[in-house]
Parts: sequence; structure tokens; C-alpha cells
Amino acid sequence: MTAFLIRRLMQAVIVLIATSVIVFTGVFAIGDPLEILLPADASIAEREQVAESLGLNEPLPVQYLGFVTDAVQGDFGRSFVYNRPATEVILERLPATLELTFTALVLSLVIGIPLGLWAGVKAGSATDETIMTGSILGFSLPNFWQGMMLIMIFSVTLGWLPSTGRGETGTILGVETSFATWDGLKHLLLPAINLALAQTALVIRLTRTGVQETMPLDFVKFARARGISSPRILFVHVMKNILIPIITVIGIEFGSLVAFAVVTETIFAWPGIGKLIIDSINALDRPIIVSYILIVVTMFIVINFCVDALYSLLDPRIRVSAQ
Amino acid sequence: MSKAPSFLRGQSLFARAIRGILMSPKATVALAVCLLLIAAAMLAPLLAPQNPYDLAQIDFFDSKLPPLSEGSTGITYWLGTDTQGRDMLSAMMYGLRTSLGVGLISGLFALAVGTSLGLIAAYAGGRLDSFIMRFVDLMLGFPTILVALMILVVFGQGTWKVILALVFVQWAYFARAVRAAALVESSRDYVEAAKCLGLSSPRILFAQILPNCLPPLIVIATIQVASAIAAEATLSFLGIGLPITEPSLGLLIANGYQVLLAGIYWMSVFPGLLLLVLVFSINLVGDRLRETLNPRLVQ
Repeated sequence: MTAFLIRRLMQAVIVLIATSVIVFTGVFAIGDPLEILLPADASIAEREQVAESLGLNEPLPVQYLGFVTDAVQGDFGRSFVYNRPATEVILERLPATLELTFTALVLSLVIGIPLGLWAGVKAGSATDETIMTGSILGFSLPNFWQGMMLIMIFSVTLGWLPSTGRGETGTILGVETSFATWDGLKHLLLPAINLALAQTALVIRLTRTGVQETMPLDFVKFARARGISSPRILFVHVMKNILIPIITVIGIEFGSLVAFAVVTETIFAWPGIGKLIIDSINALDRPIIVSYILIVVTMFIVINFCVDALYSLLDPRIRVSAQ
Repeated sequence: MSKAPSFLRGQSLFARAIRGILMSPKATVALAVCLLLIAAAMLAPLLAPQNPYDLAQIDFFDSKLPPLSEGSTGITYWLGTDTQGRDMLSAMMYGLRTSLGVGLISGLFALAVGTSLGLIAAYAGGRLDSFIMRFVDLMLGFPTILVALMILVVFGQGTWKVILALVFVQWAYFARAVRAAALVESSRDYVEAAKCLGLSSPRILFAQILPNCLPPLIVIATIQVASAIAAEATLSFLGIGLPITEPSLGLLIANGYQVLLAGIYWMSVFPGLLLLVLVFSINLVGDRLRETLNPRLVQ
């Protein structure tokens, strides 16, 4: 068990190092930061001086080592645009993104699980066919276009909900959040629906498959023989068994929601890290780009590592086959 | 099934796939829509009412006209015009060309790369196998959009770089599927027989094992083409995808986004609907193929 975890941990570290090398060479070596930092009429002597002070004259491996030494201490350099530490700018915007992804996740479960159960119980019926075709439609709807249509219908035509921004935030238990104010909730609803849609389609499929695999099992037949009502069998006994795979997948998918928030935040002008990275790419704000990528990749490595560890804890076969 | 035309009665893969689709009205309609859209894209220069990128054919005074309005030259703009006075229908047909082209090309490359690596992993086994498969796991652990974003940041933008990013994101799905299928196949007798005949490893891999791994590959290829089209549209919408000289459907929608709040809905609604119909019908065909070709259900 320990050996398995150590091996996985070493792989995670290797991946992180590889990513940092690729991103560093890509962003720092292919482009020239001096082009942006210096005015166009700067003399050669000035260029030399600035390059010297930023350590840009050093050979690439030396520069990389310097970057890593700083990065390990949480220092990814100062943002060109905000003139503040890049990590600070990102961490400041992280809560808005987490709030959005969390709400989307809850929405997808609340909508997806009942629909999946319904389709699974009525497998092969017209209801099932409709729900499953609907879920393919959910996968197929281009996320950004669906967001624009939400804005067009609910903001422009009906005028019910605001189209952009985060709105007022209040404080609950010391955390600043949109849940605290009515205005905040109104701003949160459309972006959360936009982000939740593809996820809901996934939850529907997972739940339906789970129901179909669980219903023919013996314990369901025994429950029926004992005279337990059908709703109770479905919602208590079957649910318990299908929730485990759903929660696992959702745990992994939480990370991809954070990544897909890039699209939602761009459309709804939501002030999170997704909008920040797109703005930074357009403004060539390299420190932000590098720290965003490394922070998100680290997050994924941690999530994947935890899932691997949990699996091996729950299912000894994985440990054995990995050795 | 006795009335099916002769080419559908066979047991070949192609016949099975087509028969499976034709037995489902939903999938039949989806396939027809796919073929129609491919034809429209290929024949866009012949069918489109105007060439939207020939400045001589565009009248700036016709800009932002709503659907069904008549232009100064007597041309009818069925779906309206954009801010430059381009016919939306024509722009969409040319956009469809770009979107489908990028989706198909990156799907094919991903198929080639993923299949080769998957076959090699399955056949070689040992260290090479576990190295390739760790890499596959790693790729599948990261969301499409994040990997594509990283690649475009590192390599810069452009049509071929978008294709590179899409291939990089998608090959792992093919590799995983083909390895799983190939592992089952390589323990079969015909592989043993081929080895006894002294056939070379590449020949056994590509000529004997690969044809038997085709069913899952066809299903994944269909679905991956749809997701490549959607991913390219998303990247182009975010402004980090295709250059504006080759506007795909995603870029048309992005242009429409600028004027959506001003009430000019047709510039984003129609290209978006076309993109949706395209991706949805490819996915419906893929879903049906999965039901039909799934080896577990067939055997």
C-alpha cells in the first residue's frame, strides 16, 4: 500500500516538473519579455541593463532553476498588467470560480440524479428514450453558445436576470459569497446553469447505467420478496449502491468544471480565474499565465492522486495489479 | 430483414453499421443530416448565394439586415447579414467547411497516432506498455480545454496549431480503446497461427489484429470528431483558436456575441444552431453505432 502511494507520488512530482519545464520554455523562452517591458526606442545599453537585472542573460537552465526556487516559495513573479504578485491576483479571484463550480456541481446532481433514476427504472420506454436523447443534446450543446442563448432569453428578451458580472456579495461565516444577497444569487443563476448543463448530462448517464446494473441484483429481489415498497427499494437500497461511482466521477469532474469555467466566465464576465487567464493570454501577461497553468495542473495532480489513493484503499485488486 | 438490399444482408462491419443505423429512425435522420451538411460544406462555393470573402460581392450598406430582407442588388438575405454586410447563410456554409475540415483532420490524425501507440502498447507489453498507458491516464485526467489552452499558449496560434492541440487532446481515447481490444485479440488462435507462419510483428499488428479492433475505433472516431468540432469552436470563440482569415462557426458566433445585447440575434443564433445540429447529429450516429457495434452485445 505504502509502496503504491509512494510510486504514485513520485509520478505526480515528475509530471509537475515536466509541465513546469514545458510551460517555462514555451512562455518565457519563445517570447521575449523585454519586448513588453521596454519602450520601443530603448537603447541597447538599457536593454542590457534590464536583461541583467531580471536575470535574462543567464542560460535557460539557470533561469529555470531561479524560477523554480521562487515558485516553490509561492513566488511566480509580478503580473505585468496588475503590477502585483501573480499568485496574489489569482488567489484573490479563486473564490468566485469555486463558488460558481460548486453551485454548478450541486445543480447537476439535483437535476441529473432524479432524471437518471427515472430513465433507468423505465428503461426502453419513451420516457427513457426522451431523457437519453436529451442528455446527448446536453453533451452536444456548445457551452459558449448555450450561455449566449441564456443571456438572450432571460436577460435581453425577458429581462428577468442580469447578464454579466458577479453582483453584490455578502459575508457568511467570514467567507465572502454571492449566496448572502438576493442580487448575488440572481447573478449566479445563469452562469451556474450554463456550467452545469454538460455535467448534468453526464450525471444522467451515470445514474441510468447504475440503476440498470443494480436492479437485476439479488438483494433487490430479496427486498421485493420482503414486501418493501418500490420507491423505498429505489431511493434507499439502490441509491446507496449507485452513489459511490457517481460521487467518484463527480469528484474527478470538479476539476474539469474549474477548467470549463474559462468559457462560462468569459461569456458572463464572471470575475474568476477563468476570465483572468483569457484576459492574460490576450495581454501577454506571462507571470499570470504560468502561475495559472501550474496552479491548476497541481490541483489536478492532487485530485488524481487522491482518487488513486482512495481507489487502492477501497479496492485491493488495483494495488495488486499495479505491482 | 428479408427485404434489405443485398449489401446490407452481409455480416461485414460496414453492413452491420449501416443496418444498425437504418433500423433506428432517429439515427437514420441524424445520418441524413450529417451527409447533407458534409455535402453543403463541400459544395459551399457552388451553392452559397455569395462568396462572403470576396469584397466585390459585399455591399457595406446591407449590413445588419434582419433575416428575409432584400439587399440593394436584389439578393434575398434569408438569414440576414452581419456587421460587414455579408450574407449570413453564405458565411455559415463557408464556416461549416472550416469547422468540419478541422474536426475531420484532427480526428483522423488522433486516430492514427492513438491507434499506433495503443497497438504497440498492447503488443510490446512490459515497460513500454506501462509507460504509454501512464501517459494515456495522465492525458485523460486533464480536461480537453485545459490541455488545448496550454498547447496554444506554448506554441502560439494558427490553424495547424489548433489541429495539433486537438490531436494531442484526443489520441489517448483511441490508444486506450485499441489497446483493450488488441489485448483480447492477441490471445486468439489466429494470432498464434500468424506467429507460427513467421509473419513480422508489424504485419501481425496492422494486418491481422487491427481489423478486429475496428468496431470500438469507429465509435470513438465518430464521437471524437464531434467533440473536436465543438472544442475548436470553443477555442475560436475564446479568441485563441483559428485566425480570422479562416472563420469557423465558432468565430462567427463570437462575432455575433459582440452585437447580441444590441438585439442583432441572427448573427449568433443561426451559426450556433448549425453547430448544434452538426455536433448533435454526429453524436446521435455515434451513439447508435455504439449500440450496434458493441462487441458485448453482438457476440
